[in-house]
Parts: sequence; C-alpha cells; structure tokens
Amino acid sequence: MDARLLAFFIFSTIAVFGSLMVIFKKNPVASAFALVVVFFSFAGLYAVMAAHLVAALQILVYTGAIMVLFVFVIMLLNQDSPIEDLKASSGAFKGIAAIAVSGLVYLLIRAALLARGVRPAGDLTDEKLANAGGNVRAVSESLFSDHLFHFELTSFLLLGAIVGTIALAKRGAGKEGAAT
Amino acid sequence: MNAFEPWMMLVVSLLIFGIGLFGLIVRKNLLVMLMCVELMLNGVNLSFVAFSKMHQSIEGHLAVLFVMTVAAAESAVGLGLVIALFRTLRTVDSDQIQMLRD
Repeated sequence: MDARLLAFFIFSTIAVFGSLMVIFKKNPVASAFALVVVFFSFAGLYAVMAAHLVAALQILVYTGAIMVLFVFVIMLLNQDSPIEDLKASSGAFKGIAAIAVSGLVYLLIRAALLARGVRPAGDLTDEKLANAGGNVRAVSESLFSDHLFHFELTSFLLLGAIVGTIALAKRGAGKEGAAT
Repeated sequence: MNAFEPWMMLVVSLLIFGIGLFGLIVRKNLLVMLMCVELMLNGVNLSFVAFSKMHQSIEGHLAVLFVMTVAAAESAVGLGLVIALFRTLRTVDSDQIQMLRD
C-alpha cells in the first residue's frame, strides 16, 4: 500500500463520517463544524489526485468564505431551541428515503465501476503536466484562453448574486425598521 | 488494489452525494438543508476531478472552478433568503412555511 492510497483512505473515511455527522447532528452549529472538517478532507482528496489549484481553492472558497457565511447566519438567526427535525419526520418516510437514495447510489456506483480501465480521452499524462509547468499553470492557461468567456460570465453571476443578496437583506430590514 | 486509482474516488464522491441527498430529504432545518446542497455539490466536484484524472485531461478542474463559483453565489442568495424568511416568519423550519396552504 503506497502513501497515496493510504492518504486516500484516511481522507475519504474522514469525509464520509464527517458528512454523516453533518446530517445527523441536531444543532446547526455542530453540522457547520462537521462540514468544515468535510471540506478540509476534500482538499486532501484533491491533493491526492494532484489537483493542487482545486485543493487550494477548496480551502479558500469553501472553508474560508462559504462556511464563515453559514456560521455568521446561524449566529444572526440566534435560534433559542434547535429544531427536533430528525424526530419530526416519520420513520417510514426516513426509511423510504434511505432505500431510494441507497438504491440510486448503488446504481451510480455500478455505473462508475464500468469506468475502470477506460481508455483515456486526453493525452495529458502526469509527466507531460509536470513538463508543462505543473497543474496550476495548465489550469490557469486553459482558463484564461479557451474558457475566457465562461470565466467572464461567472463575474456576471457573482455580480447578480451580490445585488440580489443585498436587495433581499435590505428589503427585510426596511420593513422591520418601519414596523418598530 | 495496491495503488490509488481514480474509480475509488468516484465511489467516495457518490457516497458523499448520496449522504447529501438523504440529508436534504429528511432534514427540515433550512440551514442544514443548504449545507446538504453544499455536500452534494462537493461530491460532484470530486467526481469531476476524478474523471479529469482518469481521462488525463484538465477540463474537469475548470468545471470544478465554475461549480465553486455557482456554489458561492447559491449559498449567498440562499442564506439571504433564509434571513428574509426568518425575519417574517421567525422560523427556519421548512414544515412551518406553509402560507400558501392556509
């Protein structure tokens, strides 16, 4: 067993158990911190696959930005008592959901196992990638040449998200301020 | 099974996706539901990178970058909606949001 396989097993175990904790913890804060653990282990999994840029962005964007947003909103809402939502839904409903989801995942895993030993569509082997200046350089060059238009489109998406979020937040605040 | 191969990563990504989907169905807290959506998106990201590795191509990494952008925008707008809902209804329980039914 080489080091890469060992790292894969460690990080994937942490990821699976962490995501189970996300959905089974009653307190949203506990779920949020379990999600932080999951995101860090995902960064480790990306590093196992030598996707260095994606691993760095995973930590920056997800654990840095999105999780801070989540924890901030949980703090802002300041619920007095956690919702007993796992007990609220009936056992039969949960059972049906579990069977359906596990069936779906089973079929998808069967399909994924068909991909073993597939002939690679590209020719960018690890040696070629290293000679071309590494993963970060290859991704960046492709992003800013072939996919420049899509990259610019994401800036429009983010602008729309900023305007929409501010409009949503401001509108509610104005109403509340007028009421009091 | 002595070396790491990309199909193992596909299995993990599908497990995470399934856990996120199950959580999205059974949980009623809107915040946790949004977290489950993030889990599902992360599972798909992992499969993108695994396919990229499997096919010796760089395109999957670019897809992951775009999915991350969409996820960031989605969680920002989603949490803004949750805050707006909480201001009017004083709850984040999705079973309590049933004004169309009354």
